[in-house]
Amino acid sequence: MLQQSSRFVRNTLITSAALLALSAQAQSTVKVGLLSTLSGPGAGLGVDIRDGFQLAVKLAGGKLGGQNAEVIVADDQASPDVGRQTADRLVKRDKVDFMTGVVFSNVMLAVGAPTFQSQTYYISANAGPSQYAGEQCNPFFFSASYQNDNMHEAAGQVVTDKGFKRVAVIAPNYPAGKDAITGFKRFYKGEVASEALPALNQLNFGTEIAQLRATKPDAVYIFLPGGMGINFIKQFVGAGLSKDMTLFGPGFSGDEDVIKAVGDPMLGMFNTTQWAHDMDNAANKKFVAEFEKEYGRLPTMYAAQGYDAAQLIDSAVRDTKGKLDDKAAVRKALMAAKFNSVRGDFKFNKNQFPIQNYYVRMVSKDAKGRVTNRMLGGAVLKNHSDAYVGSCKMPG
Amino acid sequence: MNAILVLEQALNGLQFGLMLFLLASGLTLVFGIMDMINLAHGSLYMVGAYLIATLTDVLGNFWLGLGLGILGAAVFGVLLEISILRRLYQRDHLSQVLGTFAIMLMCNETVRLIWGAQPISLNPPPALAGPVELFPGFSYSSYGLFIIGVGFLVAGLLYLLITRTRVGMQVRAGAANREMALAMGVNVRNLFTAVFGVGAALCGIAGGMLGPMLAVQVGMGESILILAFVVIVIGGIGSVRGAFLGALIVGVIDTAGRALIPLLFGMLMSPEAAANAAPAVASIMIYVLMATVLFFRPRGLFPAHG
Repeated sequence: MLQQSSRFVRNTLITSAALLALSAQAQSTVKVGLLSTLSGPGAGLGVDIRDGFQLAVKLAGGKLGGQNAEVIVADDQASPDVGRQTADRLVKRDKVDFMTGVVFSNVMLAVGAPTFQSQTYYISANAGPSQYAGEQCNPFFFSASYQNDNMHEAAGQVVTDKGFKRVAVIAPNYPAGKDAITGFKRFYKGEVASEALPALNQLNFGTEIAQLRATKPDAVYIFLPGGMGINFIKQFVGAGLSKDMTLFGPGFSGDEDVIKAVGDPMLGMFNTTQWAHDMDNAANKKFVAEFEKEYGRLPTMYAAQGYDAAQLIDSAVRDTKGKLDDKAAVRKALMAAKFNSVRGDFKFNKNQFPIQNYYVRMVSKDAKGRVTNRMLGGAVLKNHSDAYVGSCKMPG
Repeated sequence: MNAILVLEQALNGLQFGLMLFLLASGLTLVFGIMDMINLAHGSLYMVGAYLIATLTDVLGNFWLGLGLGILGAAVFGVLLEISILRRLYQRDHLSQVLGTFAIMLMCNETVRLIWGAQPISLNPPPALAGPVELFPGFSYSSYGLFIIGVGFLVAGLLYLLITRTRVGMQVRAGAANREMALAMGVNVRNLFTAVFGVGAALCGIAGGMLGPMLAVQVGMGESILILAFVVIVIGGIGSVRGAFLGALIVGVIDTAGRALIPLLFGMLMSPEAAANAAPAVASIMIYVLMATVLFFRPRGLFPAHG
């Protein structure tokens, strides 16, 4: 009898010790839901965000803020429906501490609701929709990247600075395309020679190219995401227009993925962004070297944003000493953004979007003869925020 | 609107039409003769473009890469037919759509596994890279002219193959009345494999011709497959002549619509309303055309079946 009861006590003790160990382990693990576009035509962008994020975790020895990191990678298939369902699963079943990774703004707007509702912090590694910067700004949304209009605004500024007076604008006929034109015009002061709105995912740009030849602008600004941009640039150069007009685009129309697909014809194209792989700071040099070593290709802006999102989470976990249940403390730590960003210094505005510099890059040949981006001179827009922060009434 | 602009837009229409023809001709052969809805047709086009891009890169020669890539696409098509598609002929259209849709998804993911998620590079050979001056003051993309030439050449060869050879006769017989062709002793099994191989080779040609003008990326087949279906529905399913004329009509209407509708709307309404309405209307022109054709000629303009 005595023996039995002592065994019972011993078993109970072992079990509770095991449970304690388990819960202690659960305490020291940071769970991140990395929901991104990993299949379909947009997969290249999501893969780069994922690779950038995981590189940061790997370089920190598999940890975030000194705690063991568990990154749950999921595919949103570039579909708002799939995105919302998967986000729901990640925050409810997997109980992640942070969410990140979405590429496209329409998916972001669907993923936002379940994430904010469960009081999970979302750290954007790309999408920066105007809604979340303005009226629908949310304490649980941080953009570690940019606001969608920013690059178009910077491009408008560059085109004006370079003295172009007649610029043609081409963007797809959908909300983000029209926003791009609005953003561009906000900072471009010259005459708009022509405005074309081709259908989304249009293949053939013969009509637009004929119009360019007829209107003879001195520069062309294109916002043509993904394959559209590749199609346009190939046909634009094939038609011989690149000799008479200078091509401008936002960073994502002139990034390494597009360059890899187009090659030499892209030489001479200008594009605007908050980051470049040849930016001269220690954090960036380490990131670019490690990324090339790990994946054998140059990082894109998406990879840099994924890397910074991981660094931001890392800093918040460290500052709160892993007490992620204290939501107010986590928010304060995120807001402080105490990490060495690969883009150099930046800080968060009251809508939790970055205040940062924007630069211009030109596609050219580097010392090794590779076609790639080269950053030109200083910032085009200094400490730039966004046009929507005024309508954000952030609680708390 | 000056003469040069009209000429350039006419060439654009012709070029876009012939681009579509290269893809639609294979689709209409398979659809018309084998009564098989093949959604994986776009995948053959993608595989062709990837093979040509890779071989061109490895061999350093566009023409060699093009030839071997077309061959590769044809071999891939034949293997696909023998291993899987053959089993779908007797099934209803829904099974075919589901089966070939699955093949399409698998092709996309396999291509991603092999080549990665980012688009890959395929550029025209140096001789065709730039514009060519047709007459003083007007130059046009030399590669665009090359596509027009290849489009006509392929159309001519297909015409000869179908109207002047024994295989062509069997193909026409199969398209017009399959049971009768069977009864007359046509080896349908081999004929279908051959037709599918030719269809896949045409996809390879399309991939090689269009790759230097369009992005070579995962999913490139789907965006153009819809247009190819529009073409064969307008032209009449199973008819190569229908596909040819349907493709030209679609190319010209689409180009003319996108060039003229903004001008027309600009005259009729306020600039702002025109800027909103014109692109939307221009982009649905070819679907309006398809609906109109289906209303008056439900079997298409040049139906193959009797």
